[in-house]
Amino acid sequence: MNAHVRAADPKQRIKGATGDWEIVIGLEIHAQVTSRAKLFSGSSTAFGAEPNSHVSLVDAAMPGMLPVINEECVKQAVRTGLGLNARINNRSVFDRKNYFYPDLPQGYQISQYKSPIVGEGEIMVDVTPTQSITVGIERLHLEQDAGKSLHDQHPTMSFVDLNRSGVALMEIVSRPDLRSADEAKAYVTKLRTILRYLGTCDGDMEKGNLRADVNVSVRKPGEPFGTRCEIKNVNSIRFIGQAVDVEARRQIGILEDGGTIDQETRLYDPAKGETRSMRSKEEAHDYRYFPDPDLLPLEFDDAFVETLKIGLPELPDAKKARLASQYGLSPYDAAVLVAEHEQANFFEAVAKGRDGKTAANWVINELFGRLNKESKDVTASPMSADQLGGIVDLIGEGVISGSIAKQLFEIIWTEGGDPRAVVAARGMKQVTDTGAIEKVIDAVIAANPDKVEQAKAKPTMAGWFVGQVMKASGGKANPAAVNEILARKLGLG
Amino acid sequence: MTLSTAARHDRLNHMTDLTILTLTEARDGLRAKAFSATELAKAHIAAVEDARLLNAYVLETPEIALKQAAASDAKLAKGEGGALEGLPLGIKDLYCTAGTRTTACSNILGNFVPTYESTVTGQLWRDGAVMLGKLNNDEFAMGSSNETSCFGNVINPWRREGSNMDVGSAGIEGTYLVPGGSSGGSSSAVAANLCLAATATDTGGSIRQPAAFTGTVGIKPTYGRCSRWGIVAFASSLDQAGPIGKSVRDCAVMLRSMSGHDPKDTTSVDIAVPDYEKAIGRSVRGMKIGIPKEYRIVGMPAEIEKLWQDGINWLKAAGAEIVNISLPHTKYALPAYYIVAPAEASSNLARYDGVRYGLREQGRDIADMYEKTRAAGFGREVKRRIMIGTYVLSAGYYDAYYLRAQKVRTLIKKDFEDIFAAGVHAILTPATPSAAFGIGEKGSADPVEMYLNDIFTVTVNMAGLPGIAVPAGRDRQGLPLALQLIGRPFDEETLFALSEVIEQAAGRFPIPSRWWA
Repeated sequence: MNAHVRAADPKQRIKGATGDWEIVIGLEIHAQVTSRAKLFSGSSTAFGAEPNSHVSLVDAAMPGMLPVINEECVKQAVRTGLGLNARINNRSVFDRKNYFYPDLPQGYQISQYKSPIVGEGEIMVDVTPTQSITVGIERLHLEQDAGKSLHDQHPTMSFVDLNRSGVALMEIVSRPDLRSADEAKAYVTKLRTILRYLGTCDGDMEKGNLRADVNVSVRKPGEPFGTRCEIKNVNSIRFIGQAVDVEARRQIGILEDGGTIDQETRLYDPAKGETRSMRSKEEAHDYRYFPDPDLLPLEFDDAFVETLKIGLPELPDAKKARLASQYGLSPYDAAVLVAEHEQANFFEAVAKGRDGKTAANWVINELFGRLNKESKDVTASPMSADQLGGIVDLIGEGVISGSIAKQLFEIIWTEGGDPRAVVAARGMKQVTDTGAIEKVIDAVIAANPDKVEQAKAKPTMAGWFVGQVMKASGGKANPAAVNEILARKLGLG
Repeated sequence: MTLSTAARHDRLNHMTDLTILTLTEARDGLRAKAFSATELAKAHIAAVEDARLLNAYVLETPEIALKQAAASDAKLAKGEGGALEGLPLGIKDLYCTAGTRTTACSNILGNFVPTYESTVTGQLWRDGAVMLGKLNNDEFAMGSSNETSCFGNVINPWRREGSNMDVGSAGIEGTYLVPGGSSGGSSSAVAANLCLAATATDTGGSIRQPAAFTGTVGIKPTYGRCSRWGIVAFASSLDQAGPIGKSVRDCAVMLRSMSGHDPKDTTSVDIAVPDYEKAIGRSVRGMKIGIPKEYRIVGMPAEIEKLWQDGINWLKAAGAEIVNISLPHTKYALPAYYIVAPAEASSNLARYDGVRYGLREQGRDIADMYEKTRAAGFGREVKRRIMIGTYVLSAGYYDAYYLRAQKVRTLIKKDFEDIFAAGVHAILTPATPSAAFGIGEKGSADPVEMYLNDIFTVTVNMAGLPGIAVPAGRDRQGLPLALQLIGRPFDEETLFALSEVIEQAAGRFPIPSRWWA
């Protein structure tokens, strides 16, 4: 169908009874725009308020009320379009999408149908640290969110909370360029990273601020696209992956049994691990889109876009390339660091004026490892970049050894304080006095004559002596000095 | 025709009925302290009470009127006050009024009381106006005879000569005349002296046609001149607020207060509002007036032809130049209008769903509640237009109907642009194809018969232009007939200047008797 559309890596194909199948996935991401006020009213967008406390006359669709566009939401959409390397449309049109639902007060959603604010673009997606793919963006448009129906508040009635009604969403539609659950997950992860870098969506999937409609079809490699099903409103990256796999296998099962796929809207049930039909094509709404006569076409000039472009932050791909070259990091380390811009910022604060590789090592392995264990975000780290930098300094100056550094890390993590002061106060300074080290080595050698013989026969046994010496010195012996003296004493030099 | 200021004041001093004054006469009388705002309000309140047969008001608010009048008197005593200080007005029930029931004359809004004031009425109160009450209209402004209101018909204070129709006559229901629509309450109230002027709205002719049927003046300004915020929407791209008044001057004064940019309405335009009253009496010498051949429709009554010719002669006598013009897409305007307006209405009226305000009929489930509520809440004509609108926007029909109608709209607009670009200042046409007709006479068998009333007026809404209806003669039964002037965008001043020439020549059309009281 599309000449440029990617073929799947054969390894990603699903083995069926009749041969290999390829999954084709396209995603529609609904991202809540970060803004103080709603898309067409001045009401607050703050999360978690008392029901119906952020509802203006416009949001409640009172008679005679009119929408007025929030310019900040327009800017956020343009920033996002620029971040997706996409064409910005200087003229776009708001349409009404008509349907009845209690949480949709106007009886229509204001959206953009034929003329979206952002056109085609593309993003690079890292499927693994070393393998990346390019995913096409079809369009991005602005639209209103609906309110929320509450079915658990009354025995026979449903309640409606309109706080979310009218909040701005960006619908970001990918091309059908994804070929596996992993690719779909990686795409959403990358998109989320870009949005968070831009500050245009907080990407909080738990609050529903980022949700995905997942379009899945299957085909035999090389054949045209199959009939797709749309899985609505999947709200975690893990579930997106599960939904893709479950739905692809369901479709393959039907096709291999000689059946056909009905184009329909489905829901993913993570508890049962299955997708269920929501409505068929025949039951699909006729939304009767038409241009909203209450709103003029949205128009801005190139200067408006240019100003926003100048104000854009460094985006993940550029940052990754810069970190790799500026600090000599591996692509893997750079990729880990740029996943969240707060992480990259933390790293750069640690690495400033220090050895980049050591800094990356300590940030990624020690700090992120520890944060992960405690389910903490880097912004909630009990250890500051200055403190971690202080530890790295002490290592670089040879004041402490690696193993002492790990102890020091623990102390600073739990108790806080200035690393240098802690080392001084607790006598954790590395022993570089060769005389003192020799004494320890002599004692270890004297106590283990049999091991000495073994070491002479097999030089790698020296490592055992290093361990013993370090243990006896409380980890404070300088490892280089230990190695050197041991080699001489054991006659291995 | 006009009295000198001294003569006018003399008349005021000896007059018992303050309600026969025009708005500007009353304004001058208040300033001259010939009477008080409270006296003026009381006179109107009494007139309104005596005229309930006409059914022009759906809600009377005498307490509000007296309170506002007292405040105005206090201001006037100090030599203060706005452009409309102390002047009693009627408000079409399509305008939301804070704390005062607003229904659009539909059961679906029930006893809806807005917490907010429409921008336009807010500006009237800012300028000191006094509210007598809410005026009847066709349900959601859909109609040309005020016969679709949930509050019932409005009666035109004009009667056919020799009909001798009086209160209590047997079997005369059918011989009462309609006041036009949808602003039938407004036109009837102004003609019957139940207010000095009224607000109205015009989507396809709803100001100009009722004005024409009642011998009053009505102007629909350029689209974007008045804010639509707080006015119950019918068809957003066509709806415009405007006044109905007893004279051209009255409309000029009213429109100035009603106009202006409103940041709450994106389609309102930020252009300074001129002092329209200053355009009254301005010379029209040398102005080019277009006479469009397409408005000379087949079967047009001779009396309309004559009216039109009279208008041409008067303007010519005032020094204007008459040119024959062509607006070739005119014949497509009415069908295109009856696609665009219902399409927008079908969407605009979706919010009346029984969930948040207004009528709710209980149902088994949500869909059943929607169906029962909307079935009970909307009248026949509104349902018809919602169905037409839904149909023309449906998948598979959109291109054939809605999209094509929009293309026609663009062509109609271009017809006018070309004519104005060629130097024409305004266009003169009849306002309606006939004088007022009897209640129940039209549209019961074929709704299109009723829609044809708008044939001369819809083009103006489709093109977003200003249009004014000014009474210019009578038909053979003695009923008023009106001419329409169509102007360039935002050039309402030229329309006032030209209308004044017609009003001076034809005279005003005060109601012959208060037969209903």
